[in-house]
Order: sequence, then C-alpha cells, then structure tokens
Amino acid sequence: MTTAADHEPAVLAEGLRKTYPGRGTALDGLDLAVAPGTVHGLLGPNGAGKTTAVRILATLLRFDAGHARVAGRDVSADPAGVRARIGVAGQYAAVDEVLSGRQNLEMFARLHRMRARAARRRTTDLLERFDLDAAADRPVRQYSGGMRRRLDLAVSLIRSPLVLFLDEPTTGLDPRSRSEVWSAVRELAAAGTTVVLTTQYLEEADRLATRISLIDRGRVVAEGSPTDLKSRLGGSRVEVVVPVGHDLRAASGTLSAALGTPPDVDPAARKVSFPVHGGGEVLARLAPALDRTGLQVADVALLRPDLDEVFLHLTGGPGHQGLAHQGTPHEGTGP
Amino acid sequence: MSTPTVASLPTTGPARLAWALADTWVVARRHLLRLVRRPDELLGTLLIPVMAVAMFGFVFGDAFGTAMSVPGDEYREFLLPGLFALTMAFGIGSTTVATAADARGGVLDRMRTLPMSPTAVLAGRALADLLTAVVELVVLMALGLLFGWQGHAGAGAFLAALGLLLLLRAAFSWIGILLGLLVSGPESAMKYFSLVFPLAMVADTVVPTSLMPGWLAVPAEWNPLSATVIATRELFGNPADPAASWPAEHAVALAVAWPLAVTAVATALALGRLRRLSR
Repeated sequence: MTTAADHEPAVLAEGLRKTYPGRGTALDGLDLAVAPGTVHGLLGPNGAGKTTAVRILATLLRFDAGHARVAGRDVSADPAGVRARIGVAGQYAAVDEVLSGRQNLEMFARLHRMRARAARRRTTDLLERFDLDAAADRPVRQYSGGMRRRLDLAVSLIRSPLVLFLDEPTTGLDPRSRSEVWSAVRELAAAGTTVVLTTQYLEEADRLATRISLIDRGRVVAEGSPTDLKSRLGGSRVEVVVPVGHDLRAASGTLSAALGTPPDVDPAARKVSFPVHGGGEVLARLAPALDRTGLQVADVALLRPDLDEVFLHLTGGPGHQGLAHQGTPHEGTGP
Repeated sequence: MSTPTVASLPTTGPARLAWALADTWVVARRHLLRLVRRPDELLGTLLIPVMAVAMFGFVFGDAFGTAMSVPGDEYREFLLPGLFALTMAFGIGSTTVATAADARGGVLDRMRTLPMSPTAVLAGRALADLLTAVVELVVLMALGLLFGWQGHAGAGAFLAALGLLLLLRAAFSWIGILLGLLVSGPESAMKYFSLVFPLAMVADTVVPTSLMPGWLAVPAEWNPLSATVIATRELFGNPADPAASWPAEHAVALAVAWPLAVTAVATALALGRLRRLSR
C-alpha cells in the first residue's frame, strides 16, 4: 500500500451525477467521503439514489459527471484496480442457487485469483465463521433467507476487502440473522475494512454506522454521526410524568421555574415536557427541584429526536415516501 | 476476520491470457457442476432429439422414405446427422435462459465486481456448452446406432464431423449468450424459444429440401444448418439429399465459414453488450 492511500478517504465521491435514459435523475451531485476503517451508512427512502451510488462505486455503473475514488483508485480510470480491493453484497443474494454453499465459495474464491488449496481453506473458514458448515453441501435453493444472506456476505469477504459495499444487507431478515450480520460488519470494521452500507432502517444506521449520509433525491441532505444528526433538530426535551393524586398544574409551575422554560402540558397523559438544550446537566438541575418540592414523579425521560424526525425535517416534511422502519415490507430499489 | 488484502492482477500479455483461460475454466466448471446437480436439464435437452428420432424415424420415416424412393432404414440414416445438428441448434434455449437468469439474479453483477477476466464471464458458458454438446452427441450417436444409424467413416472423418457439429454449437451458444443479455429475463427467453423451430426445420435436417416447395427450398438450402448437416452426412458416409444446389456443393466450406462468422459477430456483440451493462 502506498502511504498516499492511507491518508485519503477510503471512498471519495464528488458531485456524482447519473441520469438513466427515460427514468430521470438518480444522482444529482452526490458527495461522499468515508474515512478508512469506519462504517458509513447511506440512509434514505426508496429511490433516493442509494443503490445507484453503491453500483457506481462498485464499478457496476458508469456516471455522467463528477469524480469517484475507492481504496485510492479512480473508479472510471482503473475499475480493475478497484475490483481487486472491494467486496460487494447486494439486496439479492447473488449466488448460484443450484450449487452448494461450498461450491459457490470455492468458485468465487478461484475467481478472486486464489489457488485451489487456498480457496478450499478459505471456504472452510468462512463456512464455519458464518455458521453454514452444517448446510455446506446442500444446494443454496434449500437455504433459508438468512442463510442465503450469510452466504452472500461470506462470498463478498472471500478476500478480506479494503472496502465492502453492502446494499441493504438485512432487508427481509429475521432479528437473529440481522444481528449476526451486524456483528460481522462490526468485526470487519475492527479488522480494518471500510464498510459502506445502504439502509432504509433507522435503527440499523443508528447502531452500526460511525457516520451517516442522509440521501434524498440523489444528493446528500445531511451528514454526520448519528448523535450529530439528532442534535441538528436543536432539541432534546425533558418529559416528566406526574402520578395521579398530584397537582399537575402546580408541578408544571415548579419545574418551569427550575428549568427556566415554559412547559408543555398534556393533561390526558399527565405529562409535562420542556424543550431543553444540552443533555445530562438538565437532569442534574431537575433532580434538586423535584427534591425541594417533594414532587413524586412516575417517570422522567430525556428525549432526543430520532433520525426519522431529522429526515422529515431536512427533506421538508413527508412530501414523499418516508423511511421504512425495521420490519416494514418494501420493494427493491431497482438497478 | 482477517486484515484486508488486495488481489494481484496480471500485467503482461501472456499472464492476462492465462488469467482469462483460468477464469473461463472456473466459470465453465460452474455450469458443469450445475448439470451434475441437476441432470434433468441435460435430459431435457436430449429429449427433443430422442423424440425426433422416434417421431421422424419411425412414425414418418417410411412415408418420407417412400417419397424419397428409399427404404425407411435409409431415411433413418439420412435423418440422424440432421438431428445431431438440430440438437446443437436447440442448445441455444438453455444457454439463453441461463444467461438471462444470471443477468437478472445478480450472479452476473457479482462477477462484474470481481477481479476476473471480463471475457471469461461469458466465455465460460460457451466452453461449458461445448463440453455438454460432446456428451449430448455421444448419447445421440449411441441411440442412433441402436436405431440403425452408422458412421461409415474412418476416425479422421468422424472427428471432422464432430468438429463441425461443435462449431455449430459454438455459434448457437454465442447467439444464446447475446440474446440472454438482451432479453428482460429467463421467462421471455423461454417465450421466444419456439422461434428456433423454423431455423432448425427449414433446413436439410429432417425433410430433404428436394421434397420442399421451391420458395421454401431456397432458404432451406442456404440455411447455415443445412451446410453442417450435408457436410456431416458426407463425412459420416450417410445417404445425402439428392437435391443439388450451390450451397450443397460447397457444404464443408460453408459448414466451417458460417459458424465461424456467426460466432465472431455474436461474440463481439455479446462482449460489447456486457460492457454496455454499466451504462
């Protein structure tokens, strides 16, 4: 490896544009910079351009304008160099259905330019690592969805890639398989692989990604760590639930005086909430106030906005199909 | 998980060639392993010519023989080389369907992201087709021997005939690969399969062109399949169609030229199509 490649982003995209003939603009000036060894989430609704971006960076699709580098190689000038450094796993398990898991892995290992013996050894390792050794010699069409996805992921890791692209890696998976994929992704990142994953699932991006790019209509509308993005809305809120038998009005007055902000009272839920800035210190101020007044509370919570709210806020409201929540059935995003 | 590594790519000309050949073999091996796991696919391909032997050889055989003023046995000798070529042509169906399925299902995309030879992605299928065709021909010839067909030729002529049949299969294989990349999916590939019938039948395969009306005989005589059939009949020493025409008189040359030209054009178009998939 050259030292130049160590210092530049593992994935760099500048002003990527892509228009499909007859189908309109998929990417409208997408910018992306992913630091080596991190997990970067591309989060956005169906049709936002996530898959198009990944296909371009994985050398499957040419772009109309802009500039893209992956693992230190120019995507348009040296696609073969990029292919020698990346792994790709898609929404659809791109493996041979008729062959067994072992046969698939050995074939793809050979196509990764491994010698026969090394290919067999790596296959055995990966089958074990992804808990597929019992089903290794069964045809893939008999595999469950989760097993298929694990095999697909294993194939993309035959040669531990510098950059791994995962296009919606857990779509349609049960919770157990999902968390297995997640832990594999974390391990990879720990070993030095840069992971770029697209997802429609807020939870997935929140739990897995070091940084997130929110994508809408072919461009990045916001970028940052999950915490950054949530604090963009400006606002956490403190919520206090007052138990039955206590004076809700008096309680809200006391708390309002202590926090210095006007309350928002929901009598039906017996909830008093205050917009606050900052985090933990608010609770520190709140505790003595509660203590002084002798107010019994049923529940106190510091609420941050979730990514869903951030997304709606940044894209100007639910004018189009929003983000999916984990478990929501959805259709593929096309090529 | 292990630390990331980079695949080494060949840089010199000979190394690139060795790389392309090795990858072609890996992809061909995949298709052969599929056949081992699903032998019914091979049986399906063989079923058409076997049925044809039964139908044409025995149901219509005596009638055709009478029309040609030859005994039914002689018609069956005439028929078998036609069915060999027909089987080579019908192979286009499984090639197209498998290529379309790979394009739709993502295996083709996966291969396009690998550090492998782009030519090998497609050439592997063509190589597997040729090896499968050898098996098909061996089975059909064994069956032919059972039905009274004989190769009267020596080893050299026999191998030459086999070579011509495989050349024909290569042409249909590359057309199938090209079509598989062009159609929207395996279903539509299957829908169009029946179009291969006029190509296979309006030829000197099953019915001698001398029994066809003039307007049909001309395209049948010029059909590339006819060249292979007439040439292989000649090489096997089987009875020939009495009709004389320019293409029939130059059958061996045409049986080489036609498939070579078609293979060259179809290969170039298919590889071009593969590159354009990234548009």
